[in-house]
Amino acid sequence: MRAEAAFAKTKAEGRAALVGYLPAGFPTLADSIKAVDIMIDHGADIIELGLPYSDPVMDGPAIQRAADQALAAGFRTRQVFEVTEAVSGRVPILVMTYWNLVERYGVDAFARDFKAAGGAGLITPDLIPDEAGEWIAASDEHDLDRVFLVAPSSTEERIASTVEACRGFVYAQSVMGVTGARAATSAAAPELVRRTRAHTDLPIGVGLGVRSGDQAAEIASYGDAVIVGSAIVNCYLDTDDVPAGHQRLAELTADLAEGVRR
Amino acid sequence: MPNPDPSGHWGEFGGRFVPEALIAALDELEKAHAEALADPAFTAELDKLGREYGNLPSPLYFAERLSDETGVEVWLKREDLNHTGAHKIRNVLGQALLTKRMGKTRIIAETGAGQHGVAAATAAAYFGMECTVYMGEEDTRRQALNVARMRLLGAEVVPVTTGSRTLKDAMNEALREWVASVDHTHYLIGSVGGPHPFPQLVRDYCRGIGDEARAQFLERTGTLPDVVAACVGGGSNAMGVFTAFLDDEAVKLYGFEAGGDGYDTGRHAATITAGQIGVLHGARTFVLQDEDGQTIESHSISAGLDYPGVGPEHAHLAASGRAAYEPVDDAEAMAALEKLARTEGIICAIESAHGLAGALRLAKSLEPGAKVLVNLSGRGDKDMGNVVEYFGFDGASEKRGDH
Repeated sequence: MRAEAAFAKTKAEGRAALVGYLPAGFPTLADSIKAVDIMIDHGADIIELGLPYSDPVMDGPAIQRAADQALAAGFRTRQVFEVTEAVSGRVPILVMTYWNLVERYGVDAFARDFKAAGGAGLITPDLIPDEAGEWIAASDEHDLDRVFLVAPSSTEERIASTVEACRGFVYAQSVMGVTGARAATSAAAPELVRRTRAHTDLPIGVGLGVRSGDQAAEIASYGDAVIVGSAIVNCYLDTDDVPAGHQRLAELTADLAEGVRR
Repeated sequence: MPNPDPSGHWGEFGGRFVPEALIAALDELEKAHAEALADPAFTAELDKLGREYGNLPSPLYFAERLSDETGVEVWLKREDLNHTGAHKIRNVLGQALLTKRMGKTRIIAETGAGQHGVAAATAAAYFGMECTVYMGEEDTRRQALNVARMRLLGAEVVPVTTGSRTLKDAMNEALREWVASVDHTHYLIGSVGGPHPFPQLVRDYCRGIGDEARAQFLERTGTLPDVVAACVGGGSNAMGVFTAFLDDEAVKLYGFEAGGDGYDTGRHAATITAGQIGVLHGARTFVLQDEDGQTIESHSISAGLDYPGVGPEHAHLAASGRAAYEPVDDAEAMAALEKLARTEGIICAIESAHGLAGALRLAKSLEPGAKVLVNLSGRGDKDMGNVVEYFGFDGASEKRGDH
């Protein structure tokens, strides 16, 4: 299932999509599958599976710690296909990954195996279209979405060339900074979405910093998708009580899902 | 000048593997650097700074006793005599002057053992800029003296507690901080790595090493050296000395990487020798990585070489065969450090001792009288703790008795 299917549904319902992010293998491999099911059960429209990496330069403390935990437990790249296969079918599943992991696996092989597992596409935070020749070819070959990022600092020319390379949706990084839940969302976000929309008909997802239904509702008023990551990860940090984390995640997702439906 | 292609690649290496949020700043930096180098006022100011503040040009020194012992002519480019004790002053003065030209008021830097951090803090103090240095928490404890130097110079030192708490994590943190402060902050990167244009830019500010040495060599000997040798961690001192000789095809270029406990043990920092292409800190280059592409921790007695990546231009020079790269392990480097101290009265940095050790090893296969230029990139004052520990110079008795 591709991202397009989810956006067709949310558009028909006159609302923004809710995108939930969780690193595969966190808090454990089995519980990451369980957590994705919980998010889908409570209203997530699209799932982003993070691929834990040793050097996550775009992530704040919460996602760094989650990735460290998954890697310390022995997480392997290929396990992201297991997770994808276990959760795919109900909503589109994308993988968000730093590029070295895909390059190491083999770009075409990764695309092939991810497609076979039922994946929709990749979100690539440290791969710009300028460097993405091999990935663009592989995603065409295997019919996968490719989501690149635009940022408040992007020029008009770069927004235009980036959205041209995107398929599925466009990821608007709403603040100049790393991932992490913030009390207030960015004032730069509506402006970035407005500038991006001038160059594309693709849906625009807004990420970085969302942690509540109220913030989700605010972003849903101008974005096509509300992307939530660190707040989800926080449900499982600093606790060994995974069932309690699942409970917190269910409540958080329901709150966010209500937010995008206001 | 052997520049990368317009998109910042040398062959398949280099490029920009960073968040889109940084691209505008990298474009601005690329443009500002090109304009600065073409501006005689900028280059004149930088030259003056180097001369009057940095103690440049550094001398070319013929190491007579060492030459007698080895049977080849050993010439040392004395970067250890520069202000702050290493070639790094060239990079920080260049980038800080560029920062000022761009109208930015703050610099951030990463540091391993603290040498680049001290150099960056020095340049910030000189120009009256704010400076924040990211340093792995482990390193802040082991290198307390350098932390004190940076703080005395007015810099803020931020211990990095994520990941492996080493240089690579300090770079991650500096990149994260840069994304959030890029409108008024310059990331004063410490080596020829990172996204384009950093590898080219740092090389341009360090290339005076080779430009000076080449002219000095011609003046003193009437010829060029047969071999140019340097240590390689990220590779700024090596690119600095290599660049002037790239077109001199008869001059062989050798980079010596840290072999740590020994290349065969797997505990080393010999990134090119280990030979796996990947993406780290914004560039495609050789990376120490596992089967999945997760970065592997490097190991070396020399903090300045203890890094799991290498500048992309070095990767290209290795792949194209223009330069050769070999590992030198801890023991070989420390033996060279001691030999230089006892034959020439020069205590060099452990980093630089790797370059010297490689050159001395190479000397055995060279024609007698061959001319070998070694970039002595830094002085060893900072390393005396390691020296005491390694040789056991901790009191009246000397543990090693083999000479």
